Amino acid sequence: MAHASSYKPNTAVEKWFDDRLPIMRLMHDQLQDFPTPRNLNYLWTFGGILTFCLVVQLMTGITLAMHYVPHETMAFDSVEHIMRDVNWGWLLRYMHANGASMFFLAVYIHIARGMFYGSYKAPREILWILGVLIFLAMMATSFMGYSLVWGQMSFWAVTVITNLFSSLDSIYPGLGTTIVQWIWGGFSVGNPTLNRLFSLHYLLPFVICGLVALHIWALHVPGNNNPTGISIKTKADAIPFHPYYTLKDGFALSVFVVLFMAFVFYAPNYLGHPDNYIEANPLATPPHIVPEWYFLPYYAILRAIPDKLFGVMAFAGSIGLLLFLPWLDTSKVKSARYRPIYKWFFALFMIDVLVLGYLGAKPPEGWYLIVGRLATAYYFLHLLAVLPLLGWIEKPSAMPGSITDDVLGKKPVAAK
Amino acid sequence: MANKTTEPTRRDFMTIAAGSFAAVGGAAAIWPMIDQMNPDASALSLSTIEVDLAPIEVGQSITVSWRGKPVFIRHRTEKEIEEAKAVKMDDLPDTEARNDNLKDDAPASDVNRVKDKNEQWLVLVGICTHLGCIPKGQRVGDAKGEFGGWFCPCHGSHYDTAGRIRKGPAPRNLDVPTYDFISETKIKIG
Repeated sequence: MAHASSYKPNTAVEKWFDDRLPIMRLMHDQLQDFPTPRNLNYLWTFGGILTFCLVVQLMTGITLAMHYVPHETMAFDSVEHIMRDVNWGWLLRYMHANGASMFFLAVYIHIARGMFYGSYKAPREILWILGVLIFLAMMATSFMGYSLVWGQMSFWAVTVITNLFSSLDSIYPGLGTTIVQWIWGGFSVGNPTLNRLFSLHYLLPFVICGLVALHIWALHVPGNNNPTGISIKTKADAIPFHPYYTLKDGFALSVFVVLFMAFVFYAPNYLGHPDNYIEANPLATPPHIVPEWYFLPYYAILRAIPDKLFGVMAFAGSIGLLLFLPWLDTSKVKSARYRPIYKWFFALFMIDVLVLGYLGAKPPEGWYLIVGRLATAYYFLHLLAVLPLLGWIEKPSAMPGSITDDVLGKKPVAAK
Repeated sequence: MANKTTEPTRRDFMTIAAGSFAAVGGAAAIWPMIDQMNPDASALSLSTIEVDLAPIEVGQSITVSWRGKPVFIRHRTEKEIEEAKAVKMDDLPDTEARNDNLKDDAPASDVNRVKDKNEQWLVLVGICTHLGCIPKGQRVGDAKGEFGGWFCPCHGSHYDTAGRIRKGPAPRNLDVPTYDFISETKIKIG
């Protein structure tokens, strides 16, 4: 795509194959010889880590589905059956449950890296949008997967989240209720709901695989962004993906897997909630409903707004707005390294999201509610006001002439 | 070619007609796949239940299950009825009765939340109108919120002794289901 093919079939068989299906050529050009900026730091290893997470979730998920029963009277017991009776069932389940958390940890770092280094800016807008779509599909998949355990938290999470659609009743009476009952397949969350959530939980990961393929395709058209935000200009700026980045990614992945396995083997339930080891009871809500940690910031936004419809709109908007990030940010400079003011606002935005995450786990009253409202206000202010205005106000600092100049420590040139 | 406007030919007609039929047919074929998710015949058939009110003491509440949903039945005390009646309509976030036994636009007065003269009996669908949690207030030790009725712990909605929303994010009063007294102490819900 971005560079001339360097694939040379070595044998007659390879040549024969290449003339009919050039898949080896594709692999060679895109995964081995692909020209990659020489200055990528460890934040760039999360793409590979995320691919690993997706594969782990698929493999553990497909094997778990061989033992799980998606029925309201049997689901909870079948999960316990997996934990106690199935050979290695405990390992598969703990890997799948903690794997979801690790997947989100990696994706949040990946997204934050994109925000800091301006990886969403031209010509990578489609790449970014595909990433947001993957993130949305991940959220839907993990939500559905969590429901399958059919514990108290599962059941009430499904109830609360599906009920978000009932807010549409205030736009057109009955519309929301109709949609909610369509999702439930009944008048409350029950067996039909569980069955369809299982079906869709199995489907969506394959949709994610498709989106990931497009994401990588869209990445390989312009090539990687890098810490300077300056494109590759000469051959000296680039190195082949293999062996340089396969090894760097491999090392980062090893460290990541150590963290992952530390959770799986030493604290498998640390990120979960004990109430989910109580079987679902449609007649009693747990006193304190909290979503999984990776949804807490959005949950805090939902609860910060006293009006139901606006709360739901803010909830949807907090992620939907990210689709427009390439156009909300008006600055031409990609990397925050050369954006002296944006750098601080970026830090504030990160702190804001962490504060929202903290508040999402707290009851919505008193100071928690006030701080939650302020943090929600800043979230939207950052995306809708700070980013568009900063592009006009900010004077970028001096940038290096090229990736190589930066790596070799040459004096930066003044910004144009 | 560029400037010549031609009359539609028979082929144009056939292309458009065939395309339209294919689009309509495709849309019609999708409908069963969407509609299969709607509540099925077995869900719709769970219609009515009967509840004996005789064992419920004054001040006591019970929860029964109807269509998979909890229904709250509270035998209200004189004080609770007085409090509910004393509320001004202006203080209510939702001024509609939300009573399936009455017309849609009935005001949310205490009288419109109960059945005729049986004002001691309050029958409600026990599902918070915000996001569907079950409010607290049915058991003796429960928090009943600032208005003595029910309190939803999920997002902090307070309901009064007539099950009306008074404070918090819930948009509507608790729903009153369709029910009838089939004897002095027995009701049929649904």
